[in-house]
Amino acid sequence: MNTISMTVNGKTVSAEAEGRTLLSGFLREGLGLTGTHVGCDTSQCGACVVHVDGKPVKSCSVLAMDVAGSEIRTIEGMANSDGSLNAIQQAFQDHHGLQCGFCTPGMVMAAAALLAENPRPTEAEIRDYLEGNICRCTGYQNIVKAVMAASGQDVSEMSAIAAQ
Amino acid sequence: MPKDGIGASTKRREDVRFLTGNGRYTDDINLRGQAYVHFLRSDVAHGRIRAIDTSAAEEMPGVIRIFTAEDFAHAGGLPCGWQVTDKHGQPMQEPKHPILAEGKVRHVGDPICAVVAETLEQARDAAEEIELDIEELPAVIDMRKALEDGATKVHDDLNSNLCYDWGFVEENKEAVDKAFSEAAHVVSVDLVNNRLCANPMEARVAIGDYDPWNDQHTLYTTSQNPHVIRLLMGAFVLSLPEHKLRIVAPDVGGGFGSKIYHYAEEAFCTHAAKILKQPVKWTSTRSEAFISDAHARDHVSKIELALDKDHNFTAIRSTTLANMGAYLSTFAPSIPTWLHGTLMAGPYKTPLIYVNVKAVFTNTVAVDAYRGAGRPEATFQLERVIDKAARELGVDGVELRRKNFIKPDEFPYQTPVALEYDSGNFHATMDKMLELSDYANLDARVQESRENGKLRGFGISQYIEACGIAPSNLVGQLGARAGLYETATVRVNATGSISVLTGCHSHGQGHETSFPQIVADMIGIDASQIDLVHGDTANTPMGMGTYGSRSVAVGGSALVKATNKIIDKAKKIAAHLLEAAPEDIELKDGKFSVAGTDKSVDWAGVTLAAYVPHNYPLEDLEPGLEETAFYDPNNFTFPSGCYGCEVEIDPETGKVDIVAFTAADDFGTVINPMIVEGQVHGGLAQGIGQALTEHCVYDENGQLLTGSFMDYTMPRADDLPVFKVDHSCATPCTHNPLGAKGCGEAGAIGSPPAVVNAVIDALHRAGHTHVQHIDMPVTPARVWAAMNTK
Repeated sequence: MNTISMTVNGKTVSAEAEGRTLLSGFLREGLGLTGTHVGCDTSQCGACVVHVDGKPVKSCSVLAMDVAGSEIRTIEGMANSDGSLNAIQQAFQDHHGLQCGFCTPGMVMAAAALLAENPRPTEAEIRDYLEGNICRCTGYQNIVKAVMAASGQDVSEMSAIAAQ
Repeated sequence: MPKDGIGASTKRREDVRFLTGNGRYTDDINLRGQAYVHFLRSDVAHGRIRAIDTSAAEEMPGVIRIFTAEDFAHAGGLPCGWQVTDKHGQPMQEPKHPILAEGKVRHVGDPICAVVAETLEQARDAAEEIELDIEELPAVIDMRKALEDGATKVHDDLNSNLCYDWGFVEENKEAVDKAFSEAAHVVSVDLVNNRLCANPMEARVAIGDYDPWNDQHTLYTTSQNPHVIRLLMGAFVLSLPEHKLRIVAPDVGGGFGSKIYHYAEEAFCTHAAKILKQPVKWTSTRSEAFISDAHARDHVSKIELALDKDHNFTAIRSTTLANMGAYLSTFAPSIPTWLHGTLMAGPYKTPLIYVNVKAVFTNTVAVDAYRGAGRPEATFQLERVIDKAARELGVDGVELRRKNFIKPDEFPYQTPVALEYDSGNFHATMDKMLELSDYANLDARVQESRENGKLRGFGISQYIEACGIAPSNLVGQLGARAGLYETATVRVNATGSISVLTGCHSHGQGHETSFPQIVADMIGIDASQIDLVHGDTANTPMGMGTYGSRSVAVGGSALVKATNKIIDKAKKIAAHLLEAAPEDIELKDGKFSVAGTDKSVDWAGVTLAAYVPHNYPLEDLEPGLEETAFYDPNNFTFPSGCYGCEVEIDPETGKVDIVAFTAADDFGTVINPMIVEGQVHGGLAQGIGQALTEHCVYDENGQLLTGSFMDYTMPRADDLPVFKVDHSCATPCTHNPLGAKGCGEAGAIGSPPAVVNAVIDALHRAGHTHVQHIDMPVTPARVWAAMNTK
């Protein structure tokens, strides 16, 4: 076992981990940050996406010790400083972009990375970027809609129904 | 009406915890002192266990104990919840389904040993050291071969691999055969309904805990129906009475049917926690899920349609082989029979129908319900054969369907396959779909695609399905070993807030938002004053959970019933406070008033009086305001609709792109349109996944070739279009108090034939008229081969 330190959501943290411990396991088991989910074991589903030094990374595909010293951001660190939902999170609620919620942390983290790279993506660009995140509930339409809305675009054509 | 009442697209309150990483899924729970279990599973499909040597493994670091079947000699097998009776009146063959393999392994993934250790890694490492001596036996994978004389038997103690041979309605068989012999036209399609895996994004998890001081077992599990698990596991497997067994299903990351069933891992963790005096946790990997979660569909069918000279449908004959897998999962036998044969009339007036289903054991994972369950298989057969009939007869598929529809004024309509449809308007949903999809201008779009080197086609599917399976006394006669009511308790607090306790379970459906909308609407208070409690047998009334699109239709109806009891009692209290007769009290917008006067008392005034009964009719009325209702529907609900799929095919590769998809559904009364629209989107995505990409493939030795998300290809964001969804053509359910039907499964039921019909249409429009059918999934390879093989 090694003691691994990194900065997670702005705080310096340390925990014990084996050499084979994945970042996803380190966050969930070592730090108790269970918002990061694990949906597969082949790096296909994207439920575990976090930001490592500002880049989206599937945390099940990275050893915790390989990112020692890095800046990590997880879903727990996404809300505004007053605890309210940030613009992307709020758009997901406003546009019903989640159902069971299990893929949602990874979707939000991937969407945030997309909008950081490309502040006004087209529908096709959003679908292409989120191709590494599987959602089994929503059929993606309301996720795409939420991401477009979060980037300030008109989404009235994408659904007959708006939330109240 | 309060702003968040029935019909409002209220934002989901549960979203806030999910969006901030504060959901509490089963794997997020860690109990003090918990151990971890890893199951050593069979890597062969069929074999005899000669010896298991765990001695080296037991010496590995951290190992607490290794369990085998011998440790469960006292326990029952995993029970099957539905007994089908065959066409000769005999019960189905029902093999034992042990918790850990006894003597034989029967599919890849069958659990043999359970290694419990201090850490998960130690449990996995130790499992590597177990020496298994297994004599590999020939595996039966193909259903036709499994039924041949002399085939290897999956279960040595059964007569054969035939679970049952079911005929429905058996008395109609001769008349149906006669109708076919006299028909002006007969059209048939041989087809496969491909084997699927539900794959909710959260794999299954179970944590057993035992409190010796109170002799209390607790199981945390990823279940859609915690009370059903308590009943099945307690009564049939571990002999634990309900009051000593608590099942908690917290936030659950999707189910789609696969989390209905009672699984071996649940019983193992519950039992082991008591033996080991410490909590025991199991978390499925995705690879493990593929070989231990119940699979779905896997039917091989022949559908035949007889028509008279005027193209009226005169008879339908459907013959199916249905894969059960190696064991009978909880509701497996009911899917190809009572949830499939009864839907074979569809929305059409066909006077004579006969359905034969042979259910077959094979050396594969057990097969059970998945979104739609039986109804997608029936709809696929009907809509494919009607599509083919229209082509063979040279008539318009729209007109052929319209001609044979049950008309709006013909409800209630008794079908020849037991169901009595209460309501529907198939003409309206079809017209709506054609309008929204701009069907009238299809030819121009086909031409435009052609100019771009693409083949465009349009497919139609008209469906009706049955939700909220009921009533209990009828399904009992049909073989169900459970009731199918639902419950609700409405607990009004002294200051007027309300806790609603339900036996349903929300794992994505948004009940925490929609159930309070019902109560808010009825009482006229703000929905924010109402909370929903679900998922824990310790604090909810006995209910049957969530599956089969039943929650609002059955659970919501129970909630209406309980709320009406509350309102009745509250009116009596109000009458006392206002010195009036109860029948003169009116409730509007959360205020009780005496009709024709300005005398009134508000909701909180009544609730406070109920719990601080100083000025209260104690002689006539108990204090308090809490009511429970059980609701047992007297019929199914029958959602229906029309789907239109428009595809473009690249003739060079055979790749199918869905360029537009339109769904016009009739769900009766809708509680939250936003949630309903989301349910349709999700159902369509799964149905399109079945049609285009998803397939559980076994090789001839019983190895699953599609055991990861790299091989089992679920739709991704760039595979799907923007869906056009409409539910304005509503005909309310006539027999439940909300008028609500079910909406969860419709998308997955109606969409697969729309997709395949669209592909065939595109090929025919491009001159590939030799292509009569392509089996799902309609992959590029299959389309290309169909185009290029004559």
